[in-house]
Amino acid sequence: MNGFLYLEDGTLIEAESFGAEGFGGGEIVFNTAMTGYQEMLTDPSYTGQILMLTYPMIGNYGTNGEDVESAKVHVSGMVVSDYVDTPSNFRSKQSLSNYLKSQNIVAIHQVDTRYLTRKIREQGAMKAVIACGNFSLSDLKAHLESFPSMEGQNLVSKVSTKETYSWQKTRHKDGPHVVVVDCGVKYNMMRLLDSKDCNVTVVPASIDVAGLKKLTPDGVLFSNGPGDPATVEATIELAKAYIGKVPILGICLGHQILALAIGAKTYKLKFGHHGANHPVKNLSNGKIEITSQNHGFAVDPESLEKVANRSYGSVVMTHIHLSDETVEGFHLNDVNVRAIQYHPEAAPGPHDSNYLIEDFVKCIKKSLKN
Amino acid sequence: MPKRTDLKSILVLGSGPIVIGQACEFDYSGTQAIKSLKEEGYRVILANSNPATIMTDPIYADATYIEPLTFETLSSIIEKERPDAILPTVGGQTALNLAMKLHEGGVLEAFNVELLGARVESIQKAENREMFKKCMQSIGVPLPKSRYVRSIEEAREAMDYVKIPAIIRPSFTLGGAGASMAYNQEEYEKLVRWGIDSSPVGEILIEESILGWKEFELEMMRDKNDNVVVICSIENFDPVGVHTGDSITVAPAQTLSDTEYQKLRDYSIQIMRAIGVDSGGSNIQFAVNPVNGQIYVIEMNPRVSRSSALASKATGYPIAKLAAKLAVGYTLDEVPNDITRNTKASFEPTIDYVVTKIPRFDFGKFAGSARALGPQMKAVGEVMGIGHNFAESLQKAIRSLELDLFGLRFNSHANSDDLKTLLGKMRTALPERLLFIGEALSKGATVEDIVESTSIDPWFIHQLKRIVDSEELVRVKGVKNLTSQDWRYIKRLGFADRHLARIADSLELTIRETRQSHGIKPVYKMVDTCAAEFESHTNYLYSTYGTEDESPPTQNKKVMILGSGPNRIGQGIEFDYCCVHASLALKKMGVESIMVNCNPETVSTDFDISDRLYFEPLTFEDVSAIIDREKPLGVILQFGGQTPLKLAKSLEESGVTILGTSPEAIDIAEDRERFRELLERLKISQPQSFIAHNKEEAYSIAESLGFPMMIRPSYVLGGRSMKVVFNTKELSDYLETETVSHSLGGQILMDRFLENSIEVDVDALCDGSKTYIAGIMQHVEEAGVHSGDSSCVLPPFSIEEKILEEIQDATNKIAIALDVKGFINIQFAIQKDHLFVLEVNPRASRTVPFVSKATGLTLVQEAVDIMLGGKINAQTLNSARNKQLYCVKSPVFPFLKFNNVDTILGPEMKSTGEVMGVDSSWELAYGKAQIAAGNLLPRQGTVFISVNDQDKEQMVEIAKLMRQSGFTIVSTRGTAKHLIKHGVPAEKVNKVVEGRPHIVDAILNRKIDLVFNTTLGKDSIRDSYSIRRSTLEKGIPYFTTIQGSWAAAHSIQAIRQGKLSVYALQEFKS
Repeated sequence: MNGFLYLEDGTLIEAESFGAEGFGGGEIVFNTAMTGYQEMLTDPSYTGQILMLTYPMIGNYGTNGEDVESAKVHVSGMVVSDYVDTPSNFRSKQSLSNYLKSQNIVAIHQVDTRYLTRKIREQGAMKAVIACGNFSLSDLKAHLESFPSMEGQNLVSKVSTKETYSWQKTRHKDGPHVVVVDCGVKYNMMRLLDSKDCNVTVVPASIDVAGLKKLTPDGVLFSNGPGDPATVEATIELAKAYIGKVPILGICLGHQILALAIGAKTYKLKFGHHGANHPVKNLSNGKIEITSQNHGFAVDPESLEKVANRSYGSVVMTHIHLSDETVEGFHLNDVNVRAIQYHPEAAPGPHDSNYLIEDFVKCIKKSLKN
Repeated sequence: MPKRTDLKSILVLGSGPIVIGQACEFDYSGTQAIKSLKEEGYRVILANSNPATIMTDPIYADATYIEPLTFETLSSIIEKERPDAILPTVGGQTALNLAMKLHEGGVLEAFNVELLGARVESIQKAENREMFKKCMQSIGVPLPKSRYVRSIEEAREAMDYVKIPAIIRPSFTLGGAGASMAYNQEEYEKLVRWGIDSSPVGEILIEESILGWKEFELEMMRDKNDNVVVICSIENFDPVGVHTGDSITVAPAQTLSDTEYQKLRDYSIQIMRAIGVDSGGSNIQFAVNPVNGQIYVIEMNPRVSRSSALASKATGYPIAKLAAKLAVGYTLDEVPNDITRNTKASFEPTIDYVVTKIPRFDFGKFAGSARALGPQMKAVGEVMGIGHNFAESLQKAIRSLELDLFGLRFNSHANSDDLKTLLGKMRTALPERLLFIGEALSKGATVEDIVESTSIDPWFIHQLKRIVDSEELVRVKGVKNLTSQDWRYIKRLGFADRHLARIADSLELTIRETRQSHGIKPVYKMVDTCAAEFESHTNYLYSTYGTEDESPPTQNKKVMILGSGPNRIGQGIEFDYCCVHASLALKKMGVESIMVNCNPETVSTDFDISDRLYFEPLTFEDVSAIIDREKPLGVILQFGGQTPLKLAKSLEESGVTILGTSPEAIDIAEDRERFRELLERLKISQPQSFIAHNKEEAYSIAESLGFPMMIRPSYVLGGRSMKVVFNTKELSDYLETETVSHSLGGQILMDRFLENSIEVDVDALCDGSKTYIAGIMQHVEEAGVHSGDSSCVLPPFSIEEKILEEIQDATNKIAIALDVKGFINIQFAIQKDHLFVLEVNPRASRTVPFVSKATGLTLVQEAVDIMLGGKINAQTLNSARNKQLYCVKSPVFPFLKFNNVDTILGPEMKSTGEVMGVDSSWELAYGKAQIAAGNLLPRQGTVFISVNDQDKEQMVEIAKLMRQSGFTIVSTRGTAKHLIKHGVPAEKVNKVVEGRPHIVDAILNRKIDLVFNTTLGKDSIRDSYSIRRSTLEKGIPYFTTIQGSWAAAHSIQAIRQGKLSVYALQEFKS
């Protein structure tokens, strides 16, 4: 089947389809991780985005039932250089092509992805549409114009859980209770909390303070998620109200939510951080962590310094990106709030920052003792 | 934290001669390390015995010692130079072992020298298998079941626990030397004995076999702040059981999901910490069970390795350079990433292409040796292909091998094996297994069939099938009917035009024109460490078929240099040396240098060397595509050995300017008839020679020429298939051998063999009107031993002035007649005061680096200058020459790696590397060279002498010398009788055929310290084979020529006088 990719700047690329028939539109982003396509596809943070992988051979190890980060594929389309339809891996259950088709996701290959990556690097993130089947250029253009740009979009409401649920079937005896505010959370966050003996409840991002209180959390985690952080006002308000009550951890979008909650600002990066090899410096000990990242927005460091609300105590920047020195984490030590821009839960990516989850759990346990 | 300021001078250890398992990748890493340390302002002292390396050029280190890499020599260098520290992690296993010896011998402590890059405990933990095992168990990293044993009894017990088949690995050896696989009890006991003997500590590991598991490698770096990064993951095409150096490997890993990959990464980080590598790189190997994902760690190397050189080239991340920076105190986040400039080295490279490495073998050189690949490395070189998918990178690598292969098919002759035979043949891991698979797939084998026969992961086989299926598309549709889309698809899979021509029964140029008419031509992309995420400033390019060409050529004046491709016997690091210097010379002259090469081990493929590096196969298609876009002033072919010369004609025909000596002149030198005419015209003698076009002609020529004679096929490299034959029987045996019968389609050259002659090698420069003799080298071994396998002395030690003048005169005449512009190398033979020309090579020879080091002249730079129109200034050159010292170059052989192979030398080159000895007399220099080559000349003890009748006279003199040096002489009956008759006392010992105890018993019991054994004719060679083989396996110094024995006897006498001095090259400048 023929496939086309049409970009906002007028570029049209002919390719071959290996996914579903039809359209898929969104902001086109690239990710430089060489492994972990299934985790990326199912990461809710990619909602509203077309995922292009820079590693050229994709599909090598197929797909399986375990490497999923949510209940479904969230990308609106996929672009790769060379799709491999003959996977080989002891866990593989289904080819990537069949997997995408079963979820009705469009995907194309036989594309010079490096050319597109360089284009996005130069021109910044842009809107794009994939069409697989018989479509005309005007169909593509019309589809591209039919959806808005990323900025100002609240995509969290689309991906957040509708119902509150508990992660585990059986509860850890005496384990702390962590409530995860699901802005588009990845399963691995819950898996890790579970492995640290936490009892985890996942709640919709739209939950109000009263609703959260009722659950009597020992700690609250604001998860990663898609879109512009400035649009999730209710969640920001929730964070504002809960700071100081229990230990809080914010991851990715959650990090930005916490920043906004304390009065700092966020902004859109030119083409974002999307990869599994990003070096982050931990400012408390000078060590470098290789991190998994996936974000298009960032926290403005100056605004963070200017946070005036003294009731939070000191605001300390804890982590910075080694390459572009963007904010990768901050800490409100006095009120047990920690925010991290990248993904300590990895999946995909290195486990260097798993300690942050551990630290969070330790912090909860310590505050419970007091 | 910044670099350490408490250190002032650092001693860097090189890896010595090129041997199997330790090749020019350590020149690459060493050169990088030296540059990196110099950049930081340290005084760098280098010790390396290998003159062919770039690192030993006096421009790099502050003091360069081309001296034997032994405990004694290193102690002397340390005593003389008093370095503050020693860096042993960039010189392979040799350097690491040497550093450990210096530590154990108390030298480091005595002179207060700090070990950089790896601590003693870390080296021990990683290298000693038992300690490694304990360490892994302590951190919960699983390993295969195994047990250490030191005796056959212990081995028997271990067998019950580990079970057969089992792998036997000796402790502390190089390139897996002595490692083997036992499938039955009898074999097991034999291999256990061999393994215990091979280990310098007499210990082996008996290990559970995990044959058929998948093998992976991770290249790691760690700094003193405990920052750990993975530079590259590598997946082996061949499953566990084949040494990774002999395996086709692919980067990055292909068949691991992120979950599994992260597990390997986590283990690797744990291992780095537990072993304690805290300022450098390491390589960690894993096996993964394809059925359930179970992981075992196999081994780790706490140093820069062959794989790390590959990883550096595969990712653009210079591991050795970084290792040197970390060793002097930097942390990863303090050092910039050279390619992006704005980001730091503390990250993990991500790549957006696939890299495939294929090893290159030279089994043809070692008749009788088992060709099956196993745990002991046998490859002599390697190539790497970069492409946008596995198929493209593999096919590029295949044609880079220079085996006349252009796709997944055997060359020239169609393979006639049926499917069943092919599937049977591929059960053994033979070097050509990839081609068996290609043939089998085209004959209808299924992926499952092949996986069943080979245990290779189906992922790879499916990719190979994709290639074969596409061939079918071309065959069925025909060239004319392929659409643009078809062409794009096919070329994206890496097909060579030449291979497509073969499939479609067309011509390479037709294919090229047709695809170009569809607008299909390669684009060039950067190797940038970051998959285009950041802007890059790199000149490191590869071709692929895509939309965007991201690195348009400059408008500068530029010259292209073609490299020498994969290392093989006869063509190795020497040519890389020339190419690198040519590039540096061009840069110096303000000309942009463009390097093309495909060998990942080399310095020439370091993106730091040239203005532009194209990592591409050296074929007509690939090279001319680059020329088309770069439009260089001209192309330099004469530095890359035979490889670029093969392209001379076709490039010239397509209008490319060849700089320097014309291809026409090269042809005159290589074409026997034309060459003979030239010499006749110049009135210069050469041995009587004839060309036979068929067997009958060969026999009739033999009658008139007489024996002994030298015979060989025309156009050969490294004396391939060349032989001295002594009678009609040997001649007919020769003519019947397979390689020779193939080439009979061509021609067989038959020359009179000059017995008892002295061979001389000359390297000279010529600018078309003037010739400058750079060096005259007198060979120790007589003509008949390949010049690459002979020791040679510069300047000559026993040639009369009159003859030397004749040599100069002849060199001048030939060079001018050929209108040489650049290098010329001539081999002469002197027989009874009469001079003969054996061979002329109007290009850079193997000895150029040796002559450059011995004379102190920057010969390659001079040659480049000439090629660009410069003239020779003999006066300037003469005043730049080193003061007179004797330099000896000696060869190093890989015999130990090949079972059942004899150590006799002949016209076919067998050495893999070379060493140099320097001293005030030729005897001392020769002694040093022998010691450096591992032939540790004893100062006392027992010498075993057994010579053929022809050599008996000369041996008396040698034996007398040995007696004067206090040696006891043991001889076989004939030799002993002769010696006693001439007044030299000798003890008799039985030949092997004469009953026990015989000479081999004495050798095995270590009663012999030195062996002089010469033979003549097939029978005596067969009789004495076991003597030479056991000598080799016991590591006893030996000489198989009378001239070598003579030189050794003189050297022993000289070195007995006292301790050997050490000299830095920089001291030679007068």
